[in-house]
Amino acid sequence: MFRRLGESVERYGLVVDGCRVAAVPGDTVATALLLAGMKPFRRTIKSAAPRSPYCGMGVCFDCLVTIDGIANRQACMEPVRDGMRIGTGAGAPDLTEGREA
Amino acid sequence: MALAHGLARRGRSVTVLDEGDVAHRASRGNFALIWVQGKGLALPAYADWTVRAATLWDDFAAEIGELTGVDIAYARRGGFHVCFNEAELAERARRLSRLQTQLAAAPVCEVLDRSAIKDRLPAVGPEVVGGTYCPADGHVNALRLFNALHEAAEVQGIRYVPNAAVSEISPRARGVSIQTKLGNIHAHTVVLAAGLGNARLAPMVGLDAPVRPQRGQIMVTEKVAPFLDYPLSTIRQTDEGGVMIGDSQEEVGFDSGNSSRVLGAIAARAVRTFPLLAQARVVRSWGALRVMSKDGYPIYDRSTSVPDAYLVTCHSGVTLAPIHAKVLAHHIADGTWPDDFMPFSAGRFGNVPQVG
Repeated sequence: MFRRLGESVERYGLVVDGCRVAAVPGDTVATALLLAGMKPFRRTIKSAAPRSPYCGMGVCFDCLVTIDGIANRQACMEPVRDGMRIGTGAGAPDLTEGREA
Repeated sequence: MALAHGLARRGRSVTVLDEGDVAHRASRGNFALIWVQGKGLALPAYADWTVRAATLWDDFAAEIGELTGVDIAYARRGGFHVCFNEAELAERARRLSRLQTQLAAAPVCEVLDRSAIKDRLPAVGPEVVGGTYCPADGHVNALRLFNALHEAAEVQGIRYVPNAAVSEISPRARGVSIQTKLGNIHAHTVVLAAGLGNARLAPMVGLDAPVRPQRGQIMVTEKVAPFLDYPLSTIRQTDEGGVMIGDSQEEVGFDSGNSSRVLGAIAARAVRTFPLLAQARVVRSWGALRVMSKDGYPIYDRSTSVPDAYLVTCHSGVTLAPIHAKVLAHHIADGTWPDDFMPFSAGRFGNVPQVG
């Protein structure tokens, strides 16, 4: 559904839910995931409704993913880095079990 | 909106004139507690009033839910206040027991030591020495309550008019004429329920509303798995998983902003209460303005100079919503004003309302 305008060199490799996804420096995580056809990004905590990027500018909190072990990161606000590990579909983190800071 | 709801239930035709989105709206920024614990020490009539309000919440929540289908996440299983040292706990216990003896039908509050607190709030940190519990306390989802009251208004045929700031109220032979930005309207009865705006409006009907803004800052974390079954006076986990943390009491006029100094102090206290919160990320913070009278209690008045002109103003609009809808609004609709309301008159501040 999404395609890039013009040519670009996909120099970065991300691992998304265990699969390799290529990205261009300067992409946000949301851009890379949308280009890879990933949907939904997550399901809501209460009703398990599917969610993907909506506002694309850090307001709606619908594009939350787990990045390098930290849940609830806004994919649209996070620039990609080579080797980033991304998980989609995670629910609410359980603080009683502790989490990586 | 609670008053409008109550007036409509009593068969009155109701129009709500609202200032618009620029208004300092406590109903949007508040902490969403239904809170009784520790209130009313200086005004016994209020202690009784707020307990009655909390008790009426069961019916009110059901009524709003049936009318609108909106789930306001009403839960009233009691609330906690935690203390970090023994002196603080002893002082709080003393206040609560004094309050208890004042009241005819007081909810039985418990003073709990550390192990009893930990049984019910397993996530508390090592610095918490104990706390108090009141079974009448609870909370709602404030934004959905705001939405539900507006939905209920529509269902009941209440006319809601936004962007209609009021510039003048003039008595007429029957009722009053109200001048707004959108034109004039005539009403048999007028109820001033404009929060901080009441200070300006009250003299137009010969009343006095000495209220000032008092700022509270609040932050909310990302949604996390449920770990907290009860609201605390300054920390609560919402039905959706976010943890709301408040609040400050600042005299800064009409500035509804926020500051990292105050938010930092609020966050530090929250982490001492529940150390696991150190791992949670804050996603939003805001300031909101309480509508404060000199003693913190509501002001309810009926004008002696302008017939059928009333004034209602309070902090604790969530807690009091059901009693405003089911008791106060009914008296206004019926034109009765029982002596029970006298303790809430602005006359208690020593200013005689101007006759005019």
